[in-house]
Amino acid sequence: MEKFIKLTSSVVPLPIENVDTDQIIPARFLKATNKDGFGDNLFADWRYNKDGSPKADFVLNNSTFSGSILVAGKNFGSGSSREHAAWAIDGYGFKVVVSSFFADIFQNNALNNGVLPVVVSADFLAEVFASVTADPKATLTIDLENQSVTNNATGKSETFVINAYKKECLLNGLDDIDYLLSKKTQIEAYESAR
Amino acid sequence: MKTLFDKIWDAHVVSTVEGGPTQLYIDRHFCHEVTSPQAFNGLRARGLKVFRPEQTTLTADHNTPTIDQDQPVKDPISKNQLDTFHQNASEFKLPLYFPLGHIKNGVVHIIGPENGFTHPGATIVCGDSHTSTHGAFGAIAFGIGTSEVEMVLATQCVLQSRAKTMRITFNGKLGAGVTAKDLALYMISKLTTGGATGYFVEYAGEAIRNLSMEERMTVCNLSIEMGARGGLIAPDQTTFDYVNGREFAPKGEEWETKLAYWKTLKTDEGATFDKELVFDAADIQPMITYGTNPGMGMGITEAIPTLDQIDEAGRISYQKSLEYMGFEAGEKLEGKAIDYVFLGSCTNGRIEDFRAFTAFVKGKKKADNVVAWLVPGSWMVEKQIREEGLYDILTEAGFALRQPGCSACLAMNDDKVPAGKYAVSTSNRNFEGRQGPGARTILAGPLVAAAAAVTGRITDPRV
Repeated sequence: MEKFIKLTSSVVPLPIENVDTDQIIPARFLKATNKDGFGDNLFADWRYNKDGSPKADFVLNNSTFSGSILVAGKNFGSGSSREHAAWAIDGYGFKVVVSSFFADIFQNNALNNGVLPVVVSADFLAEVFASVTADPKATLTIDLENQSVTNNATGKSETFVINAYKKECLLNGLDDIDYLLSKKTQIEAYESAR
Repeated sequence: MKTLFDKIWDAHVVSTVEGGPTQLYIDRHFCHEVTSPQAFNGLRARGLKVFRPEQTTLTADHNTPTIDQDQPVKDPISKNQLDTFHQNASEFKLPLYFPLGHIKNGVVHIIGPENGFTHPGATIVCGDSHTSTHGAFGAIAFGIGTSEVEMVLATQCVLQSRAKTMRITFNGKLGAGVTAKDLALYMISKLTTGGATGYFVEYAGEAIRNLSMEERMTVCNLSIEMGARGGLIAPDQTTFDYVNGREFAPKGEEWETKLAYWKTLKTDEGATFDKELVFDAADIQPMITYGTNPGMGMGITEAIPTLDQIDEAGRISYQKSLEYMGFEAGEKLEGKAIDYVFLGSCTNGRIEDFRAFTAFVKGKKKADNVVAWLVPGSWMVEKQIREEGLYDILTEAGFALRQPGCSACLAMNDDKVPAGKYAVSTSNRNFEGRQGPGARTILAGPLVAAAAAVTGRITDPRV
């Protein structure tokens, strides 16, 4: 997994609430047996017409907005547990998703793929949407070490929560599986003590 | 004093990471073809074996056709995924593999319990959010991502932060014509689609106790639709009677030992929850959804909320949702014409759902304007439908049965509702495009689905 330390980037705004993983990557794209290429179908039904041409009014097709931070309305990633949603977001080139609320499984899946979910207050989120509407080049800075998120257009900053273990994993690019494999003896001891 | 959740969780802690999650031991892992191939690739890349092959049960269900299952799968990409699944089960020597066509094949959350793989007190995971279904037995069961599937295959453990606990109590009795699905849709409409995020929910109260195992599975299945990690119900005689005698259930002396333990699995009096909610079962009427998430539900006789009833931050999403559905704020939906009916899925594809549907349509005829897909959750359910004579009644009423699988619930196969068409579905999600690009889903229980199938309209099954 890639390391994540600090990032400053312009953002792609998606002010929709309850964006479920069926929107992030529709089920018909889940037939693959590897993790490649999902970025092309990120938000497929919002992004493309039936004939495959881009829908002009969708934000990913609007060259005014770009960057490696996706900013979305509350309860992002609800629904299906498909990790393909995290692969699609990562594959498209987003390293961070900012929202006021995330669904549990999506949050885990994102972290397991080096995509950082950053939870901000509803007010902070509304201000980010306002900043980017006023100036599409407005940037955010995400500093994982200090657990801070800054709206550089307003200078306002918030701290975000991440558990110490997951933070270490991201800072060092380590997977959970490395940790679990190092615990084989304890697992066997647990099994025989039952 | 502990809650039921605490008791099961504590019994499965292998270690706790400092400042981080718990290393939780997993008793039963269910696995399907769609969310597992990348996990097996991960094992291969690291040169790992499956740690406990007999603790993983595999079935193909999501990406499978519901007709001509004895023929080669036509879609080459789907076929490749199914072949990969087969190859992985064989290469990693997994004995409990039930491919397409196998007598034990079916929807993962249906074949698990019916074959006796699901036990009280167990920890159960699957790369599928509706794993919460198994909580009906008094188990900690939750959906995981593919990275975690790899972890379970490699170590029989996952790293999880301990969830907060919530208890939702349903006092009183459900009215006639009101099903477990209605109870769940009512609850989700009250909590919203993110209202239980971060929680494990214990369901309690008279109305829950009175539910059969099938109905309890429907309720626990839908826990995820309000964001909960999972839901669970304390095991009781209903649970023990269901599990006893099933093929993979404990037998003989082991059964007695397990049973004695299972009887201790209930929340201690005085144990506290992080959140408690109480509802009156008598307030619930048959439910339908009107929007594009399962929290957007209402009683079948009610009207869609008007814009001023929605908080400001949510109005864009709300309008987008109604526009997609082709509905107006403030509108009533009873009597509205529909095009498709889907009976099936891990939510309502069990024998009781087919019994309820069949009892309603008996002696009536399917409406001409309705395409009805009746998809049993498993071959075992299919067999019961025939043995109990339901098949003949359904045929007489103009219905046909399809073969088991997830089918139109997520429309990975050909069972897609066409764009713009309305489907009354007993499945679990009414998300945009869930049942096919542009498809408009109205979630409901098996009785509302039956009523819609014979009238061709959204119809209250009680009248």
